[in-house]
Amino acid sequence: MLEALQYQFMQNALLAGLLAAIACGVVGVYVVVKKIVFISGGIAHASFGGIGLGYLLGINPVLGAMAFTIASSLGIGLITRRSRLPEDTAIGILWAMGMALGIIFIGLAPGYAPDLFSYLFGNILTVPFFDLMLMLILDVVIIALVALLYKEFLYLSFDEEFSTVSGVPTEGLYLLLLCLIALTVVVLIRVVGIILVIALLTIPAALARQFTHSLKKMMLLAILAGVIFTFSGLWISYALNLASGATIILVSGTVLFISFGVNKLRRRAQENSRTATTA
Amino acid sequence: MTAKELVKMENVWVHYDSVPVLEAISLSIKSNDFLGIIGPNGGGKTTLLKVILGLIKPSRGKVTVLGTSPERGRKHIGYISQFNLFDHDFPISVFEVVLMGRYNKAGLFQHYSEEDRKAAAEALKTVEMLDYKDRQVGRLSGGEQQRVFIARALATNPELLLLDEPTASVDPNMQAEFYELLDKLKEHMAIVLVSHDISAVSIYVNQIACLNHQLFYHGSKEASAEALEKAYQCPIQLIAHGTVPHWVLREH
Repeated sequence: MLEALQYQFMQNALLAGLLAAIACGVVGVYVVVKKIVFISGGIAHASFGGIGLGYLLGINPVLGAMAFTIASSLGIGLITRRSRLPEDTAIGILWAMGMALGIIFIGLAPGYAPDLFSYLFGNILTVPFFDLMLMLILDVVIIALVALLYKEFLYLSFDEEFSTVSGVPTEGLYLLLLCLIALTVVVLIRVVGIILVIALLTIPAALARQFTHSLKKMMLLAILAGVIFTFSGLWISYALNLASGATIILVSGTVLFISFGVNKLRRRAQENSRTATTA
Repeated sequence: MTAKELVKMENVWVHYDSVPVLEAISLSIKSNDFLGIIGPNGGGKTTLLKVILGLIKPSRGKVTVLGTSPERGRKHIGYISQFNLFDHDFPISVFEVVLMGRYNKAGLFQHYSEEDRKAAAEALKTVEMLDYKDRQVGRLSGGEQQRVFIARALATNPELLLLDEPTASVDPNMQAEFYELLDKLKEHMAIVLVSHDISAVSIYVNQIACLNHQLFYHGSKEASAEALEKAYQCPIQLIAHGTVPHWVLREH
């Protein structure tokens, strides 16, 4: 197994996994605590329109996805905030429209889209160097913005009404948070693909939440969990010759369920010992 | 001490889907007021507070907060919402919650100063919750959580405290303690308390207003029971309770 590490593609895959874990650890925590999983799923799927646009314009589809995803997250954000459509209805519509646009764009693009499948389901073993650099830059942008606006994002997530009253620019911050989700989706596309992005945005954060009640520690734990998931998923997919993105997701989900189960048993044991001592 | 006018509402109307929720509300809140607003559920009590806070724009009428718009003036208001609505699993500590109250002093991008931390600790001391400062807020009891949210409002150093159904999730034997706390705070700030619990409110407040879409009465609490009856549309009895009169619902 270790000899695989000398291959360039394996080193790139590990780096991609690390960069993906950082983005989804930081932003995923907000997705989970602010309960905006569905809107994040909408943003992720709408990004397919950007992949299609990239093919049509003959540019790197990931760059197309970045521009398109930021635009669509602002659109989803403004529509859910300002229109009278119920939020989940608006998300559902934009989710499907983004994907439909992607299919139309790809149909209009000349020739054949050979690696389309890898954008949908990810392939951590084939991340090009340019995309790795882009992921690195986006990680830096995400960390810088979260470090700068840590208390603002915390307040937005915890109590939007009180934040508005105390002068936090909540609507602008909410749109910025959606843009951070958009950037994270772009970071994750190459690793797990558009369709599976939502799992890496939620599972590490949901797992971390069981062990701490500090948002900062939750981010660090989520990053750690993300690294372990992507690395072990990559190793299993390499050893068993399985699809890497899907393996990473299944490893993450399995660990999360085991952890929920263990926690539940532990709590029950605690309750039992408590009733035993009082009895 | 001459009382300053903190909030002035003139003929304010609010509609939801063209159904009026607030009708022709005129109200003045002065710096030494301790006002209880009572009224049935759905009568527009929360809406009224949100109009004062600039969270809901009236469809007609004018609202001024400290001589300016609600959006500018609201940073001088300490707001305590129906607090049990928050996510009890949210990863945030008591001290972090109270520091939120200092945001109006610190502002965007700024770190909290030593002074902000002192003010937050001071506010926690006032509500006797300083020992709990590192605990997760959702893990406290209802009464303890409420004290934390009061501390957060106090940390804003407010001129006016707005409380929305503050006793909703506090067990009855904690309620007296809560009103004693308000009794102390009213020396330093105006307080407006919204509730559907008439008897408790009327013991402590100085003025009572009844809100059921319209503001039926606003003045000293030795008011006629008819105003209350109009608001609630059910009979109310005025009974003497020691030296402080208060109302209870008559059988109906």
